[in-house]
Amino acid sequence: MAKLTFVGGIHPYDGKDLSKDKPIQDVLPGEVLVYPLSQHIGAPAKAIVAKGDRVLVGQKIAESGGFVSAPIHASVSGTVKTIEPRRVATGDMVMSIIVENDGQYEEVEFGPPRATLAQMNREEIVGAIREAGIVGMGGAGFPTHVKLSPKEPDKIEYIIVNCAECEPYLTSDYRRMLEEPEKLVGGLKVMLKLFPNAQGILAVEDNKPDCIARLRHLTEEEGKISVKALKTKYPQGGERQLIYAVTNRRINSTMLPADVGCVVNNVDTVVAIYRAVMEGRPLMERIVTVTGNAVAHPANFRVRIGTSYNKILEAAGGFRGKPEKVICGGPMMGFAMFGLEVPSTKTATALLALSKDEVSAMEPGPCINCGRCVEVCPGRLIPSRLADYVEHFDEKAFMEYQGMECCECGCCSYVCPAKRPLTQQIKSMRKIQLAKRKK
Amino acid sequence: MRNLYSRAVKFAAMTMTDIARESGHRAGFCDCEYKILGEYIMSELFKVSSNPHIRSRATTNGLMLAVIIALMPAAGFGIYNFGPRAIAVILVTIISTVLTEFLFGLYKCGKNRPQEKETRSGEKSVSGMEQVSLVKTIFEKTTITDLSAVVTGLLLALNLPVTMPLWMAALGGVFAILVVKMLFGGLGQNFMNPALAARCFLLLSFPTAMTAFDCDIYTGATPLAALKAGEQVDTLNMFIGRTAGTIGETSVIALLIGACFLILMGVIDFRIPGSYIGTFILFVIIFGGHGFDPVYLAAQISGGGLMLGAFFMATDYVTRPITIKGQYVFGIFLGLMTGIFRIFGPGAEGVSYAIILGNLLVPLIEKFTKPTAFGYRKGGKHGEK
Repeated sequence: MAKLTFVGGIHPYDGKDLSKDKPIQDVLPGEVLVYPLSQHIGAPAKAIVAKGDRVLVGQKIAESGGFVSAPIHASVSGTVKTIEPRRVATGDMVMSIIVENDGQYEEVEFGPPRATLAQMNREEIVGAIREAGIVGMGGAGFPTHVKLSPKEPDKIEYIIVNCAECEPYLTSDYRRMLEEPEKLVGGLKVMLKLFPNAQGILAVEDNKPDCIARLRHLTEEEGKISVKALKTKYPQGGERQLIYAVTNRRINSTMLPADVGCVVNNVDTVVAIYRAVMEGRPLMERIVTVTGNAVAHPANFRVRIGTSYNKILEAAGGFRGKPEKVICGGPMMGFAMFGLEVPSTKTATALLALSKDEVSAMEPGPCINCGRCVEVCPGRLIPSRLADYVEHFDEKAFMEYQGMECCECGCCSYVCPAKRPLTQQIKSMRKIQLAKRKK
Repeated sequence: MRNLYSRAVKFAAMTMTDIARESGHRAGFCDCEYKILGEYIMSELFKVSSNPHIRSRATTNGLMLAVIIALMPAAGFGIYNFGPRAIAVILVTIISTVLTEFLFGLYKCGKNRPQEKETRSGEKSVSGMEQVSLVKTIFEKTTITDLSAVVTGLLLALNLPVTMPLWMAALGGVFAILVVKMLFGGLGQNFMNPALAARCFLLLSFPTAMTAFDCDIYTGATPLAALKAGEQVDTLNMFIGRTAGTIGETSVIALLIGACFLILMGVIDFRIPGSYIGTFILFVIIFGGHGFDPVYLAAQISGGGLMLGAFFMATDYVTRPITIKGQYVFGIFLGLMTGIFRIFGPGAEGVSYAIILGNLLVPLIEKFTKPTAFGYRKGGKHGEK
């Protein structure tokens, strides 16, 4: 059988061996935690605590600022020090609640565990997910309750759990699948309850055979859940590529997965759904991989959201040698950071420290039209031409060549023998166009 | 150290522009940028750039080097077949192409020098240092280090008869680089394959010298000309390459070894050579007047510059369509044109002109074979699934 996959894509060095066999450990969150009010796509949350207030673990400290938004909960107990703009991993200044940790970890009452899933109705489940502040934890941060409320829930046929983890170096989802597969399957069952006509699919890249075996064993009895092995290739875990690989349906940049009857969620998100609905616990922690050749002891950590990256790095033994580049997320789509004094957020999948910056070491040369970018582009575009149009600021040609369909996966920049920053150029033009659309 | 900081700051500014655009704060973007720079300029910085943060190992030089290596069997066989004079022709063309590119770079460098001096006027430096850095700039400004001029020179040499006067070979090299490549903007900007354009230029300027295939070893016509005249040819000798012809085109086996190397290295693929040779075979079967005659077909495929052209010239990145569909169209067009030139034309050869003509059509082919984006639907979002 041909393996499930898409056309295009690349096979970069995956670096997963560095941290893949390291069990998840807890990290001490440190003295001060920072909760940016905008950790998701959509309206920023509104703070509901004031300076000097005492907060407990699991207490809601900011509520949603609209339908497409998500509340934020404290992950430690302590006192609100102040509310001020702080720098986040993307480099932006974002209004944040700063909490001083008292080290007690006193929890709010999470309410009794729910009786059974069968007794809950749709509104209760979606309500619990919304109140728990769950957003897409794979990186985009789209509020999950919005994803789970499509116009016609009956038309959803597939609920896909994105277990691909195609980004090089990342192992947080892998560890989650190995250590807490029951919660993953439990979370999927919660979602299946929401969509009566849907079947659940756990889509795993075939470089994780142990996960596939584990999940297959767990779901043997489940009629509506299947585990599918995908070809290992970047960006297999991109939403559009994943849907195509699993269901053979195609969506473009203007569509949502629900338009072709799919809902896609990341591993960590599904586990968070399980904990929110079945245990009544809001989203307060996530798994972060700390890795790269400039990290002393690469590992996977359970991090209380709001913990500074400095603390997370300390837990991994600090740097080995002098790092040149520190990235929040994976090497293909992550954000490079100036410094480490920024908080981890709901969407922080990894901290990657590299001793050498391959990008600045290579001088871009002229395009030789080799066509490698065309061959790897999962969006079937001509990246080199698009970048050319951006250079000449030819908006019309950029739109004609469907530049807005770019998913910014970075494959074109990766393969370019002339080392041209194709993704960056296309990305900047897309942002200009998106800003224009908003006006 | 200062250099590192200024570099980091440059990257920071670039990324900040990105972020400012994303958040839509177009008016406030400058404040944001300066604040960041002010805050971080004195502190310990990590390098910052847009994603992705890793790059593949392929480089332009690497690709050019692969092509040079792949041409070695053909060049080697040419030298073995035609004797030491072939070495002279190869060296002369390579030297002339590289030297032309170097001198052109020097000229451009010289034109830019006044500006550079202005910026440096504040600094006092030892003249020796100045000279070293000047040589360095020249080497950075000229593009000979990317090896593309060597590839052009080598390809041109393989397309010349061994008896070619050396000054003509050198002139061809100058034409290829100066007129076809550098005047159009250098690497990646030429609209014709420089080596082939130079070959056609020489063919038109010095037709006798270019078609003088009589040398010490072989006398008489090339196998293709003989074939056209209705004579019998030895296809085995043609396959091995023991025939008259240009230096690099005669040995099919040597060319195929090089082509296999390029395909295995992922430098070229079968799209263009496959559709080119396939179409050509079909054309010859239909219009060749011999029907399906394996011997005649084998002679047509092995003869002339078809193998050299299909695997090494038609696949030239710069002058073939970048779209995947377009590459098939391009190959089919080349096959048709080569067939027409060989069978209906006055000469026995047709590969060079077919490829040059194909090169000219590339923008048109690309325009009509623009790929459709993944998931694109006619009539907006909810069109047919």
